[in-house]
Amino acid sequence: MIEVPDLSLAALAPLLLVLGAACVGVLVEAFVPREARQPVQVALALVGTVGALVATLLLAAGDRDHEVTAGGALAVDGAALFLQATVAGLGALSVLLFAERSLDPARSAFVASAAVPAGSPRDRELMTDTRVQTEVYPLATFAVGGMMLFVAANDLLVMFVALEVLSLPLYLISGMARRRRLLSQEAAVKYFLLGAFASAFFLYGLALVYGATGSVRLRDIREAGLEGGGDVLLVLGLGLLVVGLLFKASVAPFHTWTPDVYQGAPTPVTAFMAACTKVAAFGAILRLLYVAFGTAEWTWRPLVYAVAIASMVVGAVLGLTQTDLKRMLAYSSIAHAGFLLTGVLGLGSGGEGSGLAATMFYLLTYGLTTLGAFAVLTLVRDGDGEATHLSQWAGLGARSPLTAALMSLFLLALAGIPLTAGFTGKFAVFRAAIEQGAWPLALVALLASAVAAFFYLRVIVLMYFSEPVPDGATVGVPGTPTTIVLAVTATATLALGILPGAVLDLAEQAAIFVG
Amino acid sequence: MSASFSLVAMIALPAIGAAVVAALPRERSLLAKQVALGVSLAALLLAVLATIAFDAGGERFQLTTSVSWIPDFGADFALGVDGIALVMLLLIGVLVPLVVAASWHEADTAPRPPRVFFAWLLLLEAMMVGVFAATDVLLFYVFFEAMLVPMYFLIGSFGGPRRQYAAVKFFLYSLLGGLVMLAAVIGLYVVSTSQLGEGTFAFDALRQLDIDPGVQKLLFLGFFVAFAIKAPLVPLHTWLPDSGAEAPIGGAVLLVGVLDKVGTFGFLRYCLPLFPDASRFFAPFVLVLAVIGVLYAALLAMGQSDMKRLVSYTSISHFGFIALGIFAFTTEAGTGAVLYMVNHGIATGLLFLVVGMLIARGGSREIGDYGGVAKHAPKLAGAFLVAGLASLALPGTNSFVSEFLVLIGSFPERPVFTIVATVGIILAALYILLMYQRTMHGPARGVLLAADEPPEPTPVAGGGGATAVAAAPARGVLRVRDLDRRELAVVAPLIALVIGLGVFPQPLLNLIEPAVSATMSDVGADSGGTDR
Repeated sequence: MIEVPDLSLAALAPLLLVLGAACVGVLVEAFVPREARQPVQVALALVGTVGALVATLLLAAGDRDHEVTAGGALAVDGAALFLQATVAGLGALSVLLFAERSLDPARSAFVASAAVPAGSPRDRELMTDTRVQTEVYPLATFAVGGMMLFVAANDLLVMFVALEVLSLPLYLISGMARRRRLLSQEAAVKYFLLGAFASAFFLYGLALVYGATGSVRLRDIREAGLEGGGDVLLVLGLGLLVVGLLFKASVAPFHTWTPDVYQGAPTPVTAFMAACTKVAAFGAILRLLYVAFGTAEWTWRPLVYAVAIASMVVGAVLGLTQTDLKRMLAYSSIAHAGFLLTGVLGLGSGGEGSGLAATMFYLLTYGLTTLGAFAVLTLVRDGDGEATHLSQWAGLGARSPLTAALMSLFLLALAGIPLTAGFTGKFAVFRAAIEQGAWPLALVALLASAVAAFFYLRVIVLMYFSEPVPDGATVGVPGTPTTIVLAVTATATLALGILPGAVLDLAEQAAIFVG
Repeated sequence: MSASFSLVAMIALPAIGAAVVAALPRERSLLAKQVALGVSLAALLLAVLATIAFDAGGERFQLTTSVSWIPDFGADFALGVDGIALVMLLLIGVLVPLVVAASWHEADTAPRPPRVFFAWLLLLEAMMVGVFAATDVLLFYVFFEAMLVPMYFLIGSFGGPRRQYAAVKFFLYSLLGGLVMLAAVIGLYVVSTSQLGEGTFAFDALRQLDIDPGVQKLLFLGFFVAFAIKAPLVPLHTWLPDSGAEAPIGGAVLLVGVLDKVGTFGFLRYCLPLFPDASRFFAPFVLVLAVIGVLYAALLAMGQSDMKRLVSYTSISHFGFIALGIFAFTTEAGTGAVLYMVNHGIATGLLFLVVGMLIARGGSREIGDYGGVAKHAPKLAGAFLVAGLASLALPGTNSFVSEFLVLIGSFPERPVFTIVATVGIILAALYILLMYQRTMHGPARGVLLAADEPPEPTPVAGGGGATAVAAAPARGVLRVRDLDRRELAVVAPLIALVIGLGVFPQPLLNLIEPAVSATMSDVGADSGGTDR
């Protein structure tokens, strides 16, 4: 007799919406004529992501935000809903970036036909073709669905499935840049190979944990851990699971893929990865560590402590030496992963403390600012696509004051200057960490912020205080989608810096794990 | 009571003014200047009104406003002034319009449009008012850090040839200090959570805390490092000569005149009352740094050939005096130190402005490029002399009163430090008078000397206007325009203040003294109870 697991369709609505939109998107690819595909796909992806955002908000507004459903495999709690809403919102903004058509002369940032070998005669033909690639939309929507599943997974197997659902489309779309295709393909291969390793680590860890506890349910693992204590198998399993997740979150020393992939992938995809993947990975890290291993904190706290410091130092110091903006932002993302881990450590073993709320808030602010920064990156171009070399940005402030001002805002926010969202986020995580007694970590984080500020400032210096170079970049006029993204992210960056009260409150209320 | 909104208005008005100026079209730069001048004058008026509404004998904090700002952090948008903050607001009110007037043509030759300069200037004013008026520690911190951004852009966009280096150095130094302070701010919050049950940043509540001495020392150091970078104490001073020299004159005036006072203000407002035990513990150490600063910076000032660097070094020397006054822990010395903060803003502001006017004429910051100017530009030379004498604290000028108060107030408590610091006064006379003598007297020489052919308008090193070089008829004749009416209007009020406050400082002392006395009783040292 097979029991049908309980399924709360309402609680699953956001997931169903996104994954449904992605499935329909695949069908659209097959049945809708090529000319009509782009608008249909964009609309569909937006309906899926924005619909999911609305659905999570409705769920949160109702009192359904503490539910374990799907036979205990999914935890739809406050934290899950907050993170799902963040992923869906940032995902919708990323889709808008994907849909930008007025910047590239060839009408899209994506290669017309990914299967054509780079540099072949056919490729050169397609180079100037205005045919656009539309498979990226369902792929991205699948990734968003995977991320939303990831942050709600209450079961290691579901978590693994979600990890794959979110990763596979990302491997693909990283390789689809229209320009500098070899670089893009190399990035995709690197990401895939290292990502496969990370998945293997995760899977192995899963197996060990199952072996030690006899269950893949987070709650059961917690109980087994309480009874059995720090069983070697369990600790080893935990370590491997965490490594798999830290890889996705681009935390040093598991970060080596980040600069290459961020640089090679099409910029909208980089933006998507930097913002959404980070949220999803940290959502899963938080849930795994606190729901499954919360009581056994002595086993993971030193580990997280060490990687947090490593990540901040590596990100801040190596960021100094970068001359390519996308790589620089990649190292910035590594440093920010360290700051986020500072917040993760700010959650007490009994779930007390403000660490969870702070980390979730930080994820939101970081996602918005980094998305905005990459969106600005798509505007600044030269004859060969985006101009990402630092020297090409010299004197941008004189030629395009608005673009430079926006970029400065995002950079100052990333540096954590007050009155921007970045400061509020940093303050929240540092407060959480210091409250839990992790003040040495907070001090390292503050020093790393000061070092990292240097490379953000350097861009501002170039834009405003340097003479324009003769073969400098030009600034494209963005179409409606990118304009919306820039407006939303810039407004949010300022608003969350000046009056963050309401959103902080929301994060505080949502900071509950069931499981 | 409408007076309680005056502080909000003093922040909002320049901020809105900045937005308006920034939004003006590029070609309306004259209008931008006029708006900036109007807004800054209105802000001065507000500061004066606030002073009238302030009751010197009343509550410690007046004109208070408090609105919940970030409830999750327990932070309020809380403003209020004591006498110390109020005189700083007055100083800001006086200096900003003068800086606007003095910079009238300065930004014209810069690569960025002039309205940007004035917009940043007004935004800076709003932030500076916020720093001094905040009574919530987090709000203070926010203004403290946010204030860097306008100054960074002023130096970086409108400064001298090495402006990129100077701007980044300024920003990073201050940011590093600020971040260390942030750790201490959060630490303070955590202490308040454990003692009061609910975390708060309200200054008055934090003052009541009874913090463990060991923790106090750590928190004190967190705040102290930030403030010691701001009000540069040796050895954290190296950013100031670069910033002071490369900043546009208007920026330099506000940087040294007001921005750096946030450091000494912070010692008084935060370090002493919040961490009294630690303050007493570290006082000898701070005094050593202060006295070293007085002497070392004065010696370095004598060695400078660049006038703006020289003035920057004199400021470091003066900040040593202020720190001496504060950490001597007597009401007299403390009052003198606060008065010194105001007077230094006026005197050094004047000196910077006059030096800027000279640089605008010659296009060089080097002392050696000038000579014999007094003969041809007596008003300029006169203003230079008054500014110089005020800087070296000649009796009859405003600085004398404050320097004297600091010294006699410190002497009973810290005789050795005081005596050593007194040597700084002699050095001050040397570096100021030598600069004056070399540039203003002696044979006519240098860049202002008319050459055979009409000189090209040289690109200006100090960021000054390049239009001041007169057309040159004959060899060997010094041709220099004397102060025009705009420039006279800039220096006249400051000269009046130099003399006026030198003769009659009592109104300011009446404002300052109660607040300093309250601070000193917080630190528990007014009864001579320092553990020497």
